Amino acid sequence: MLPFTLIAAAIALGGLMLPQLIGNPYYFYAGYGVLQYVVIATGWNILGGGAGYTNFGASAFFGGGAYMAALLFKAFDAPLFVQILGAAAAGMLLGVITGYLTLRIQGVYFAIATVALVVMLDTVVQNTEYLGGASGLAVLAAPAPAWFGGQTQYVFCIMLGLACGAVVLARWVEVSWVGRGLRAIKASEPAAEACGVPTLKLKLFACALSGGVMAAAGAPYPTYSAYLDPVSAFNLTIGLNALAMPLIGGTRSWIGPVIGAVLLASVQQIATVTISSEFNILVVGVVLIAFVVAAPEGLLGLVHRSKRKLQPEFGKIDAQTRS
Amino acid sequence: MIALELILNAIATGVALGSIYALMAMGLAITFGILHIPNVAHPAMVVAGAYAVAISNQYGLDPILAGVIWSVPFYVLGRLFYAFYAGSFEARGGGNTLQSLTLFFGASLIIEVALAVAFGTDMRSVNVGYVGHSLQLGLIVLPYRFLVPALVTPAVMLALWLYLVRTPVGLAIRAVAHDERAVSISGLDPFAVKRHAFGIAMALAVIAGAALVITGPIDPFGGRVYIGRVFAIVVLAGMGAIPGVLLAGILIGVAESLVMSFLSPSWATGVAFAILLATLGLKPTGLFGAAR
Amino acid sequence: MSEALLQVRGVAKSFGAIKALGPVDLDLGARERLGIIGPNGSGKTTLINCITGFFRPDRGTIVYKGEDITGEPAYIRARKGLARSFQIPRPFTGMTVLENLLVPMDYCIHASEKTERQRAEAVLQSVGLEGQRDALAETLSQLEQRKLELARALAANPQVLIADEAMAGLSNSEIDDILSLLFALNASGVAVIMIEHIMHAVMRFSQRVICLETGRIIAQAPPAEIVRNPKVQKAYFGEQAAHR
Repeated sequence: MLPFTLIAAAIALGGLMLPQLIGNPYYFYAGYGVLQYVVIATGWNILGGGAGYTNFGASAFFGGGAYMAALLFKAFDAPLFVQILGAAAAGMLLGVITGYLTLRIQGVYFAIATVALVVMLDTVVQNTEYLGGASGLAVLAAPAPAWFGGQTQYVFCIMLGLACGAVVLARWVEVSWVGRGLRAIKASEPAAEACGVPTLKLKLFACALSGGVMAAAGAPYPTYSAYLDPVSAFNLTIGLNALAMPLIGGTRSWIGPVIGAVLLASVQQIATVTISSEFNILVVGVVLIAFVVAAPEGLLGLVHRSKRKLQPEFGKIDAQTRS
Repeated sequence: MIALELILNAIATGVALGSIYALMAMGLAITFGILHIPNVAHPAMVVAGAYAVAISNQYGLDPILAGVIWSVPFYVLGRLFYAFYAGSFEARGGGNTLQSLTLFFGASLIIEVALAVAFGTDMRSVNVGYVGHSLQLGLIVLPYRFLVPALVTPAVMLALWLYLVRTPVGLAIRAVAHDERAVSISGLDPFAVKRHAFGIAMALAVIAGAALVITGPIDPFGGRVYIGRVFAIVVLAGMGAIPGVLLAGILIGVAESLVMSFLSPSWATGVAFAILLATLGLKPTGLFGAAR
Repeated sequence: MSEALLQVRGVAKSFGAIKALGPVDLDLGARERLGIIGPNGSGKTTLINCITGFFRPDRGTIVYKGEDITGEPAYIRARKGLARSFQIPRPFTGMTVLENLLVPMDYCIHASEKTERQRAEAVLQSVGLEGQRDALAETLSQLEQRKLELARALAANPQVLIADEAMAGLSNSEIDDILSLLFALNASGVAVIMIEHIMHAVMRFSQRVICLETGRIIAQAPPAEIVRNPKVQKAYFGEQAAHR
């Protein structure tokens, strides 16, 4: 775990050099979008892949985080770091409440709750004048530190840091006792309980982590776009991508959401110029269903399966390194 | 006296709307209530049905009649959809919940976006003689666009209930939910039974769509607000209980209506969901459900 | 005679109109080998679920090591040393055999990763699964899965093991395999409650046998006597057998 963390930290710090090396802000603008989804997909997968609970309302957490950040800025002139922490806290709370209300019953109701959550938050924001209501809020953030050369470069580096942090967190969950407990719950909740796993508490913990990470992804958004409205905050595409990226990449490991996010977000960045956003959703939806039906383990699973076919021993070695 | 008028109208509207919600939930009462398939795409299917009806109405067809006519192709679509779902999962020893839910969620998105691409995001409505007029009973003023669709529900519910209770096929549908193996031993194919049931659910969705579009204009993404409501109705009625669906719908409709009139419209979506959670917490078998 | 390790008093459980378990009293001493028999539907698994915390009894108390655990959730009881295996094995699929054992160790014993692995290896050795260490749990044979089920219950160092039909569907030699495992376990200091239909196994293993029928205890005696008990014979074989 330590070498992994150090590498991630190195990448985050190394990213700070980029604004000095690359002149064109467009790369940072596009890169931000991709990194944002790395965080969202990674956060989603902590609960989705880790414990097997489907969250259809990632946009509620993302948008909630964005609005919390905007609120903290508008009310207290809070700096970006504080906004991120506040958003994460709000996301954790939202996750725990949703989980507490539904996970003691059945996973299906959690999924339905997350859909309702998006509608509810959207309605609340639309009815709150202080947050801009339906017409939205203009955000005049403090100018970025000089080193970065611009707001876009600045939030890009912040988002890179968040992405590295999210991935470290996801990996830690995966290899630690937390991940083992979650996988045990996913396999058989009664058996896990009989092994001393506090199933409800652990599930709520995963809800908190997942919600917090997804909300943190939304926190820099108001600074990035200088404008926030319910349509962009609670956008359909976010919820769909949060689901599609881990499922297409592979839910078994932290790498899957990263692969899925980089792939899908990059394609969508290119495609949005040429095709309409509705068509984009249509294509993602079809690809998602295709993967769920034909390749439920995602791209990682496909790679794994072909490795297994070539080298039967590989399966055992692979399992060993994961232990 | 103004308060009394407000309350009475809120209740009347709530009853009518609740009846319409119940019609929307009827198909889900079969797929989720009886077959335990978490079809979160059901509201999207209702909206698709509403579009079919609205387009037919452009050519002069009465919406309810259109709904009945369209129920046949939608029945076929339902069968196909179930075959796809079952073929993808149940044949492989049952996919996990994440996969099934994702399939239905993906399907609902595809339906919504396909409607948006085909018909645009502007609202669509229907033209029927009685829309725009209201019934006046004392203090109560109830628009016909609520009243007429609301009356469809009891008829549909009775027909469905009789079908499930009196016919051999209906019995097979109820049996397959309890014990699939017993059904197959008695010579019936569980897959065929469930496929037929899913088809019926889709047929019901289109009739509900007709009711929905009479009530007011629709847009492709209009199904989302109903997900909480329809699941709440199915759970409140009791899984597998058809007769209770109307009552459950009315209770939720009235609760929502009162909250909208006296508190704030913002919380309306939360009402159904709060009732869903309360039911699951206090009486998980619902009002009329059998203890499993 | 030491004070009973486990004391069940007046525990009853109904599901709606069905009375699954009528008031039941039961004692289990430390290191004891107790057998529970009874026809299907007699309430054996309900009793176990009440004792281990998967069901909340409608009435009665459960005292373990002098503490009232009646209201405690299942995972707490597991951590206190009350282990159980399931009638139908529930291996943690998608995880290796070793990882399966690490789960109870993570949550019941708090030791370093290295110590846990060593312990897990030792437990695997004792049940004979050390060769399957890195195999995915779902690839195991029936016998191996039952052994894993027991190994997982043992990994947390319990004082009581409740084995719910741990030998169902196994051949005679496989039954002997499991039986010797349970004997060895008992010798190392663990009290065992064996719920079984396989009569010769229960009779060989138990010091004392309890027979349940429709939720009540109808007989309690050492193995040799219980088979001759007319009530037990009637419960299993019907009226005519009892009068022979």
